[in-house]
Amino acid sequence: MAASLDAAQGLSRRPPGRPTRAARLRLSGLFWRHPWAKALLLLAPPLLAFLLVYVASLAALFVSSFWTIDPFTSELRHVWNLDNYRTLWEAGAYHSVALRTIGIAAAVTLADAALAFPLGYFMARVAGRRSRAFVFVAVLLPLWSSYLVRVYIWRLILADDGVLNWTLRKVGLPAAHIGYSNWAVWLIFTYVWLPFMILPVYGALERIPESFLEASRDLGAGAWTTFRRVVLPLALPGVVAGSIFTFSLTLGDYVTPLLAGGASSQFIGNVVYDNITTQQTPFAAAFATVPLAVMGVYLLLARRLGAFEAL
Amino acid sequence: MTESRASRIALGTWSALVVAFLWIPLVLIALYAFNASNVQSWPIASFSTRWFHAAWTEEVRASLWLSVRVGLIATGIALVLGSAAAFGVARFRFFGREAISFLLVLPIALPGIVTGIALNSAFVTGNVELSQWTIVVGHATFCVVIVYNNVLARLRRSSPSLLEASQDLGADGWQTFRFVVWPVLSTALVAGGLLAFALSFDEVIVTTFTAGAQNTLPLLILGYIRLGQQLPVVNVIAFAMIVLTVVPVLLAQRLMRDTGVLRRGAANVPGV
Repeated sequence: MAASLDAAQGLSRRPPGRPTRAARLRLSGLFWRHPWAKALLLLAPPLLAFLLVYVASLAALFVSSFWTIDPFTSELRHVWNLDNYRTLWEAGAYHSVALRTIGIAAAVTLADAALAFPLGYFMARVAGRRSRAFVFVAVLLPLWSSYLVRVYIWRLILADDGVLNWTLRKVGLPAAHIGYSNWAVWLIFTYVWLPFMILPVYGALERIPESFLEASRDLGAGAWTTFRRVVLPLALPGVVAGSIFTFSLTLGDYVTPLLAGGASSQFIGNVVYDNITTQQTPFAAAFATVPLAVMGVYLLLARRLGAFEAL
Repeated sequence: MTESRASRIALGTWSALVVAFLWIPLVLIALYAFNASNVQSWPIASFSTRWFHAAWTEEVRASLWLSVRVGLIATGIALVLGSAAAFGVARFRFFGREAISFLLVLPIALPGIVTGIALNSAFVTGNVELSQWTIVVGHATFCVVIVYNNVLARLRRSSPSLLEASQDLGADGWQTFRFVVWPVLSTALVAGGLLAFALSFDEVIVTTFTAGAQNTLPLLILGYIRLGQQLPVVNVIAFAMIVLTVVPVLLAQRLMRDTGVLRRGAANVPGV
């Protein structure tokens, strides 16, 4: 023991034998003999913070969806009932909001997959090292730049006197009036979430070994057959992984429909937001369970398609 | 290279178009920031820097300062809690380890509005007055996972035998941390901190529900945009925000090169 202490002097900045050094060694020994103490010390603060603040709030929110607000006093009444869910089920207006949200989320996902796949393929299999690095950073920077700013600029682009119509006029096409519509919402979501699709698709394509393609060719498959029967099945988990983000992020958003949507562009998020501002928290909580349930089902499907390995 | 020449040209063209699609709006916001007019039509008739001066108002300064404060505090909390959790998960095997990753990822995997209203109703029910600190709590929940993933990725790539060697040579826990773990870890912490700050600085949805009457910079410009007011000022702030986020992201990318943690999507998923 003394020998190893001497050996450690080179590492220590303090002279040996000081009480702090001895205490530190005792503590290290304690943790060494009881690794559980160390694990507990490390994990308890983050987990307690998360459970007490975040998970408790979520649970309380879910519970409150089974309560109601007294219409006269605006007080929360702790009476268990399914009224909020019944309203959701019976009012047609909420059906169309939910269907619009899910439909646009699906359309955004398809558009992003179509845009991202050839780009991912180019990055993984065609581009040289330098152009691949360039495209990678060109995708990364929009991913991290301000979401709100990127939504805002599209308002200017799509406005009647914006860049889009100016360009259309220059090339002799009629003006498009798609500002403040579901088309605008779809286009902007497609734009802001596109990098979330590109990166996992690129990752999946990059992992396909060259030898698989050579084997396919040696066995007599043409380019199209190789693509359809080798590349596509192996890249699919990457597409599904990207779709988790494009789908989930669209599903939970309310800012883009608020800023760029028209009169009939309300999303689930907008209804939830409006109900919170009018203190109808129980109903807001009930409606918020819809995107949660949809995402739950989607994640289960995605896991079966192997998306989690591709993330 | 199995692709034919024609398909390679087609793929290259498509890729150039997609990159242009990603970047043209960002270039346009830079041009609009210098638009002399307060009418936001295209083409821009004349350029000027006059709105840069006009944007530096008391209101903008106050909200910028609030955003910076919240970002710094939330990042600080995320660094402590996120790296503690990453150490615990990386170094120990125990029942429920996977559940911890899952738990920490929830704030980003769930729709932002769910996190926002959950915290909002918890604060309202608990009679907690909405303040800078409630925003910090909201931001810290999703910043933790960024640091956690960065640190965990780095710890998984460093060999545990280094720690054993350090202990065999007689180093105590602190020395092992200072001379063996820290050199490996420091860049991951800086990168995770930068990204957490970038995320907090830009956040809208959770902030709306935890800010009350206060305005962070994104909330301030969201208000301006909704009311159609001060649009030249919005252009300038938007441009500044884009430039400001480019710097930490490029820095973080240099620090974490090749580990893939900047792939924001992938970085947020458990078990990666």
